[in-house]
Amino acid sequence: MKRIGVFVCHCGINIAETVDIEAVVKDLKDYPGVAYVQDYKYMCSDPGQNMIKEKIKSEKLDGIVIAACSPTLHENTFRMTVKTVDMNPYNCEIANIREQCSWVHKDKNEATPKAKLIIKSVVEKALLDEELEPVKVPVVRKALVLGGGIAGIQAALSIANSGHEVILVERQSSIGGRMAQLSETFPTLDCSQCILTPKMVDVAQHEKIRLMTYSELEDISGFVGNFKVRIRQKTKYIDWDKCTGCGLCIEKCPKKVPSEFDQELGKRKAVYTPFPQAVPNKPVIDHENCTYFKTGKCKLCKMVCPFDAVDFDETDKFVEEEVGAIVVATGYDVYPVLNMDEYGSGKLPDVIDGLTFERILSSSGPTGGEVRRPSDGKVPKEIVFIKCVGSRDPENHFPYCSKICCMYTTKHAMLYKHRVHDGQPYIFYMDVRAGGKGYEEFYQRAQEEDNVIFLRGKVSKVYQDDDKVVVCGIDTLSGSNIEIRADMVVLAMAIRPSKGVEELAQLLKTAIDQNGFLTEAHPKLRPVESLSAGIYLAGCAQAPKDIPDTVAQASAAASMVSNLFAQEYLLHEPIITGVDEDLCSGCGLCITVCPYDARTLNREKSIVDVNEILCEACGACAAACPSGAAQQRNFTDKQLSNMIKAILI
Amino acid sequence: MQVSYYPGCMLKTNAKNFETSALAVLDRLGVTARELEDWYCCGVCFSQASDNLMQQIAPIRTLVKTKESGNPQLLALCTMCYNTLKRSIEFIKADKDKLETIQEFMDREATRFYGDEVDVIDILSLIKQIGLDKLKEAIVKKVEDLKIASYYGCMLLRPKEIAIDSPDDPNIMEEIITASGCENVYFPFRTECCGSYQIVNEPDIVTDRAKKIVDSAVKNGADLMVMLCPLCYYNLDEVQTEIQKEDNTFQTIPVLYITQLLALLMGLDLDIHDFSLHSVDPRPVLKMKGLL
Repeated sequence: MKRIGVFVCHCGINIAETVDIEAVVKDLKDYPGVAYVQDYKYMCSDPGQNMIKEKIKSEKLDGIVIAACSPTLHENTFRMTVKTVDMNPYNCEIANIREQCSWVHKDKNEATPKAKLIIKSVVEKALLDEELEPVKVPVVRKALVLGGGIAGIQAALSIANSGHEVILVERQSSIGGRMAQLSETFPTLDCSQCILTPKMVDVAQHEKIRLMTYSELEDISGFVGNFKVRIRQKTKYIDWDKCTGCGLCIEKCPKKVPSEFDQELGKRKAVYTPFPQAVPNKPVIDHENCTYFKTGKCKLCKMVCPFDAVDFDETDKFVEEEVGAIVVATGYDVYPVLNMDEYGSGKLPDVIDGLTFERILSSSGPTGGEVRRPSDGKVPKEIVFIKCVGSRDPENHFPYCSKICCMYTTKHAMLYKHRVHDGQPYIFYMDVRAGGKGYEEFYQRAQEEDNVIFLRGKVSKVYQDDDKVVVCGIDTLSGSNIEIRADMVVLAMAIRPSKGVEELAQLLKTAIDQNGFLTEAHPKLRPVESLSAGIYLAGCAQAPKDIPDTVAQASAAASMVSNLFAQEYLLHEPIITGVDEDLCSGCGLCITVCPYDARTLNREKSIVDVNEILCEACGACAAACPSGAAQQRNFTDKQLSNMIKAILI
Repeated sequence: MQVSYYPGCMLKTNAKNFETSALAVLDRLGVTARELEDWYCCGVCFSQASDNLMQQIAPIRTLVKTKESGNPQLLALCTMCYNTLKRSIEFIKADKDKLETIQEFMDREATRFYGDEVDVIDILSLIKQIGLDKLKEAIVKKVEDLKIASYYGCMLLRPKEIAIDSPDDPNIMEEIITASGCENVYFPFRTECCGSYQIVNEPDIVTDRAKKIVDSAVKNGADLMVMLCPLCYYNLDEVQTEIQKEDNTFQTIPVLYITQLLALLMGLDLDIHDFSLHSVDPRPVLKMKGLL
């Protein structure tokens, strides 16, 4: 029989106060298989660990049971300890007598016998434990980045610059994302496109980056280091290998539709690039609006194309790739104004969201950067900005702060004033949150130099009166009701995770929080890792954030990917459920219950094969197996039944 | 179809024309509204005191009577009554301890009441429940170009837990007006407070609000304003005459209960209206549009 050592921890008074340690030690001494018992005040301390090491050698122990706190806390610590004295780490077991015993009981007379039983049960397990070695898994050193906004661009460039291959997938036809839509950026007022487009070009030209725009992740399988992904390349109807981006098709296309890039203020053609600086600068045909697809006639683009790149018969293509890590950088959407009944439900043309105002301010926008209101193109002389619209409103909309609105609204008011010198901007705010390098100074400047009037209070109603938009609100600092007959109103709408994130999270088997943003593994210490190994988060997909924060997070995510790729191989827990070839009849029951696709039928041998890397040891197959051929390592039927017997008898 | 009917004090006095027209319209739509026997005052204002439960007893006694009547759907025509009764239900449903305390006081009632056995309904929702198609069928007079400003007030829309439609952008009255063949006039003050009981001690507040609301309806081209609340009605009808005495440029607009308009369009007996109760006489406009 094996020689098992039992080490009982007092955990200060955490355990010792409710469990009679002396009685436990005395009782365990006589238990069959137990060769040595010792208690100690803090087993996890250095002296505690050293004692364990010494006793393993001096008492010639084959396995040990540590009766202490939950294995989630120190199992790894103790396994590493025993490894240094050449004991197999999987022969070190934890009996949890703190969380499952001393902490939940008050009566020593109840807790002490329970602690004894818990320890005895784990001794039974330890007696039959095998020596196991971790499964080694190779790493595919290629990353997939989902989303081609500034977060995805930064992550892709950073990973590629450390020498690894990157596939960058973007669902629009061009990369650039929301940042490409912005006018100028706070707090330095540098032009957004001017700082973004060089990076976009870098992505396109980088030899390590494979850019796949107008594409979406379709399916994924596998695990960290070894994902298999299937990417759908949506039908462009234009062969980009032939297309040179000359733009002749766009010029000749007779169909105009509202431009999504310009927030529907401007028009684009049915064959289009979203904006002139697009990367890749090649057009796609919008199936829904194309005259040919609607009526069967037109084909003007095909006729004028000098390179015969237009192909109306094209279909979706699928690409399968293997990658080792994934960065999710899917960005944000703006909560639609139509949800705001008190601000006109989107029915008032001169009440717009902040992103639309960015397009109005942008020199490449529909008004060429002149501030003109959507309804009649007049220059607004009085303009009201309302912050926290939909944000910080748990009762009606969303509880969280959208974080960027304080700064961009201040910027909006400032840029407005720079363009309309005799105009008056007002900002209604709940709080001004200007935390960030140079942000507070920027906010001060708006008040002092640009005469932006800040009104602390909420707006109860916005309505149209002739050609004015009347804003009724309150200034809580003076306690007075305020009515402003404005020419235009800009709403700082809440930031939402971009459309489709929920489905993506399901596909990636990772979690989203109550507001729909992807959940990080730890809010402070693991802010760029998702809850699934090998999947990292960057940008607004995780939470609202501004450009500097997004770039920082994307760089961090890239560095996590590089860390992963720097490892020779990954280790996978050896506690998996194998197959006893002599017992297996190949009935396949276990294959249907396995949630990880780890089991397949070997038709030649008429037994089930197990992919040890995919197996997560959930035990579903072991429970389903009628012959007992599927046995989970170190959790065999025999071990479990002995453990139960130890408690019941 | 049968519903229980709770009139409340105004419907038997100042708002007699609301009751008669509403009951006649419902009758035409095939609904029998059975008046509760021996009903109490609704409590008038929903009590904001969370510890003074005495205030809840009046509305809850009425709800108990509704349960006993066998018609658990209770129609409250007056919006103030609707608001008070409906909120009392929400109040006791949300707090079982308070329900128990209240029940201890209800020694005269044999019936135990738990909150979800009775539902309070307003007449707009009831008409929608009957069906706008049915309403269309009942309309016999075709009017052309009759522009209606629907005024909601606050009692049907706030707080949002008992709101019959979006508190900020409701549409239910407009839907009914469209179904009845009239034209809607949207005016931004349709959900604005009329000033309510401030008419008693701060009448200037009401004058100010009434002027704003009426001006806005007139400016947007309305011929008539319709509503459901007897208090709003008083504040917006009576006060208009006062304003005009001070300011002869002020343009008035006749105010009707929405059920009066529907009764006229259904060609029901004109005696139910009692136009003498109106301060701004609606008859000239009604004649002009062929409804009289």
